[in-house]
Amino acid sequence: MYINPKLEQKVVQSILWLFTLITIFILFFIIFYILRKGLPVLNYAFLTTNPLDMGKSGGIYSTIIGTIALTIGALLVATPLGVGTAIYLNEYTRESKMTKVIRFGSECLAGIPSIIFGLFGFILFVTKLKMGWSILSGSLTMAFMLLPTIIRTSEEALKSVPYNYREVSYSLGGTRWQTVTKVVFPSALPGILTGIILSIGRSVGETAATIFTAGSALRMPTSIFSSSRTMAVHFYILAREGISMPNAYGTAAVLIITILFINIISYRMMHQYIKKYS
Amino acid sequence: MNRIERNEKLIELALLVLAFSAVSILVVITLFIFKEGTPIMFKYGFKNFLLGTDWYPTEQSFGLLSMIIGSIMVTIGSLFIGIPFGLACAIFLTEFSTKRIRQIIKPIIELLAGIPSVVYGFMGVIILVPFIRERFGGPGFSVLAASIILGIMILPTIISISIDSLQAVPRSYREGSIALGATKWQTTKMVTLPAAKSGIIASIILGMGRAIGETMATIMIAGNAVMIPHSILDPVRTLTSNIALEMGYASGEHRQALFATGVILFIIIMILNTIANTTSAKGKAAK
Repeated sequence: MYINPKLEQKVVQSILWLFTLITIFILFFIIFYILRKGLPVLNYAFLTTNPLDMGKSGGIYSTIIGTIALTIGALLVATPLGVGTAIYLNEYTRESKMTKVIRFGSECLAGIPSIIFGLFGFILFVTKLKMGWSILSGSLTMAFMLLPTIIRTSEEALKSVPYNYREVSYSLGGTRWQTVTKVVFPSALPGILTGIILSIGRSVGETAATIFTAGSALRMPTSIFSSSRTMAVHFYILAREGISMPNAYGTAAVLIITILFINIISYRMMHQYIKKYS
Repeated sequence: MNRIERNEKLIELALLVLAFSAVSILVVITLFIFKEGTPIMFKYGFKNFLLGTDWYPTEQSFGLLSMIIGSIMVTIGSLFIGIPFGLACAIFLTEFSTKRIRQIIKPIIELLAGIPSVVYGFMGVIILVPFIRERFGGPGFSVLAASIILGIMILPTIISISIDSLQAVPRSYREGSIALGATKWQTTKMVTLPAAKSGIIASIILGMGRAIGETMATIMIAGNAVMIPHSILDPVRTLTSNIALEMGYASGEHRQALFATGVILFIIIMILNTIANTTSAKGKAAK
């Protein structure tokens, strides 16, 4: 059977367009659905009062604080580890067996599902090290999850700094560390920050790993040893146990807005960064 | 050796230690999961774990077969959405769209990866489950519902890695084909896609890894009944759901059995990751 190639091309192109549009439609549908149901619930009081009666009434203040505390804790651990790894891989060594092992380790870590991180964090931090369900346990577990992303994005940022920047520094008598801290790192900073901001998004949306390590206490956390419920966990419990649909939608709307915001910022930063070096 | 040189050496050493953090964490996680999960498998026999269908964890009956089949079914199901839509988007964005359209659509699609899995699960419960229940019968919480939602969730993985591998195909390949009078689609079909094959396969396998490892969305929509499903409208429980559902209250051997579930999940994920890594490495070596 002969099909006119030009006709075939037209048909295929329309099908590809259609599939792409459906994909975009799904995304917009989810965002608009959640916002349409959730935005009416959102107001200042919802954001600044603690949940009451298991979340049936009141707001989500303590879960916002819990989410922020857990995320900051995770970043405090993951950023030095990840950026340090990237600096070592990109500035201090050539491709070798060792760098292959490091990269393989990082890639494997990226593929591990969050529930496995949750199991691991539960057995190591919560029970063996007796930290209990706490922001600390949750942060450490989350840090391990974020590490591969931070390594990869930092490495890409360092790689895009032109080589002659380094040469100038060396020719002025700069040591390697001086070159890294005074020349390479400042130039790569926006790229590195983009990776960190993307990690914040992941940490805010994560549920499976945090529910088993940070627990689900609704009280306002008082220290890093307090158990705390994150927004995502709160949303999950509200929706699954049917405690309060309006509050579930409200929490989901806050989550979606946060994620949108984070993605837009990181995208803009990345864009400016790429423009600068090309 | 002067002070500056000594400091430089110390810094290099410190960075080397940091650089091994990811590997060490991977090793520690593997050790812990296996140490907690394997003793009980030895005690009751691997065969009973892998091929037993009875899961009564409080009565020493730890058959995981239903969950293994459940995980495999929803993962394969998700590919029916993930592959056609993922590849269509990737091909459209690299081969058939202008730079301007690509710059608008790509970040939108990347946003799909940012939406929390609980939100996907929730959308499944609110929209998809009632739809399936009314249209096709059954409880609605089913293999079908989980497959569709997981299929959407793995799209960003498939799309972004496929785009990378399509973009890595040298321009001269396409130009050669166009110069011979081929249409864009003929070029894509006969030149670009075969050249990017290994990367595309790797993207699909990584997508499978995401689907099989996804927890919150499957818990919310798959129904979680411990049974071997007879149709795609039956509910299933996956390995991940099994862990997350019972972890909260399990103790003793029951808890160990959940870690054993983790071990099996871990092994499946590692196999998938290794296959994906070697296929994409082979593809790069061929170029």
